[in-house]
Amino acid sequence: MLCNICNQNEATVHLTQMLEGEIKKMDMCESCAQKQGVDDPSGISLVDLLVGLGPSSTESQPKTKATPLTGMSNCPKCGYTQADLKKTGRLGCAECYATFDDGLEHMLRSMHKGVRHKGKTPKGFRNTRELEAKTKKLEKELEKAIKDERYEDAAIIRDSIKALAHAISEFETETATS
Amino acid sequence: MNLNDFLIPTQDICRRPGPFDRVVLTSRVRLARNLQELPFPGRANKQERQQLLQTVKPVIETMPVMKEGFSEEIAKLTDLDRQILVERHLISRELAKKTQGAAMVLSVDETFCVMINEEDHLRMQAILPGLQIKEAWKAIDKLDTMVETKLPIAFSSQFGYLTACPTNVGTGIRVSAMLHLPGLVIAEHMQQTITAVNKLGLAVRGLYGEGTEALGNVFQISNQMTLGESELEIIERLNKVVLQVIENEENARAKLLETKPEMLFNQIGRAYGILTNSHIISSKEAKNLLSLLRLGLDLGYFPDVDPAVVDELFIVTEPAHIQYEAKNKDGEALKKTPEERDIRRASLLRESLEKMPGPVMDASGSPKD
Repeated sequence: MLCNICNQNEATVHLTQMLEGEIKKMDMCESCAQKQGVDDPSGISLVDLLVGLGPSSTESQPKTKATPLTGMSNCPKCGYTQADLKKTGRLGCAECYATFDDGLEHMLRSMHKGVRHKGKTPKGFRNTRELEAKTKKLEKELEKAIKDERYEDAAIIRDSIKALAHAISEFETETATS
Repeated sequence: MNLNDFLIPTQDICRRPGPFDRVVLTSRVRLARNLQELPFPGRANKQERQQLLQTVKPVIETMPVMKEGFSEEIAKLTDLDRQILVERHLISRELAKKTQGAAMVLSVDETFCVMINEEDHLRMQAILPGLQIKEAWKAIDKLDTMVETKLPIAFSSQFGYLTACPTNVGTGIRVSAMLHLPGLVIAEHMQQTITAVNKLGLAVRGLYGEGTEALGNVFQISNQMTLGESELEIIERLNKVVLQVIENEENARAKLLETKPEMLFNQIGRAYGILTNSHIISSKEAKNLLSLLRLGLDLGYFPDVDPAVVDELFIVTEPAHIQYEAKNKDGEALKKTPEERDIRRASLLRESLEKMPGPVMDASGSPKD
């Protein structure tokens, strides 16, 4: 089992706590555990770790962006810190949701029915969402076309994807300025 | 415009009929929304809160439902006005405490109220009498959709509508029904009811929402989860639970009538006696006794009495309303002490109930006729 924090070393420290009625677990290597102050069992809060440090091993998926390891960076937009979040239980601005993304998911899981929005979507978003769904579908087709060595088809699909990406970015600048 | 010239008189507010209004006082749906660009109110500085106010207030004011509405900054309202608005459940206690950049826009029929710079940039609510959760949702959804075309609302495809507190993120919806449950309280079934409702992921709170006591046997049932479920799923569930609680309340009342009629008659009769004869009475005691009087009305012990009279007393015996009445009627602008208000409240109750005849029951505890 790999360490949840660095994802490199073997996890030797296993932390379990009850949080809002749910059992939360964290596995860490010795050096990460020390950095987090886990050697003092009385003074450790799993909330801090979960909020700041990303997903546990059961859910770790390849991430496009690197998860900061220690001392989660401030929100680039409003300067909110993890300590602020912990102190107030509130976020500072809309951007904070992207900044504290990984840790938040754990927090939200304990509060809500799911961690993906299922309800109403603003009209503008509905359009981009459809375009994004189409893009995903085309990407799969592209992969298949390349695998089957249908390079002409692949070129056509690639062009369609490019057009969609262009449409999405145009739409986003349009909604941002309107 | 003066707030008190704008507000619908209490006697009219209490005469608005609604489905299941023997038990359900009001239904409310609130949406939390924020603008993409500015920090949330708790994080924003003075200037940013002002900027938000300047951007948002004109948009809300021009919404069709807000035509001829009441729009004002909280800082420009007197303490008394703010308290009156809280007692009428039109604004939250949190908003009443905020001044910098905080504002409210209220529709002329008082169905819609938008709070600006509360915990979120926008808190938009629709309130309707009786059990009308779905209707309230439809109304506020429509307003929200219109607002969305005018303002860049913070939204992410994963987390939905982004809110200051993660407990509201997603749909940003808080659906609640205010219920009068004297039967369940007297039958000592309330704790069980709360536990059962909690198990379904819904919260049961007191008269003024979060962290308040259930005065006058009035309880609020509301959703807690806002993410991972659609608005309609949340509303359907709450509606179902409320219907079940209504049934339980009616059953509890019927059972009490059948098994302990003297006890019921005793409680209602004593409530009537105290309310019509006291000279010093606290807001809390008045509410609890008025609740029993209302129960007596529902059970037919006060034939020919309009229940709205009792419902109105629930509102006008609240502290700020007492203060307001003293100011308007006798020109007493000086802030009254709680003790002075208790005296004034008692005299108001005596006067209002003077012409109300006592409860009519036969020895078996059933209403006469």
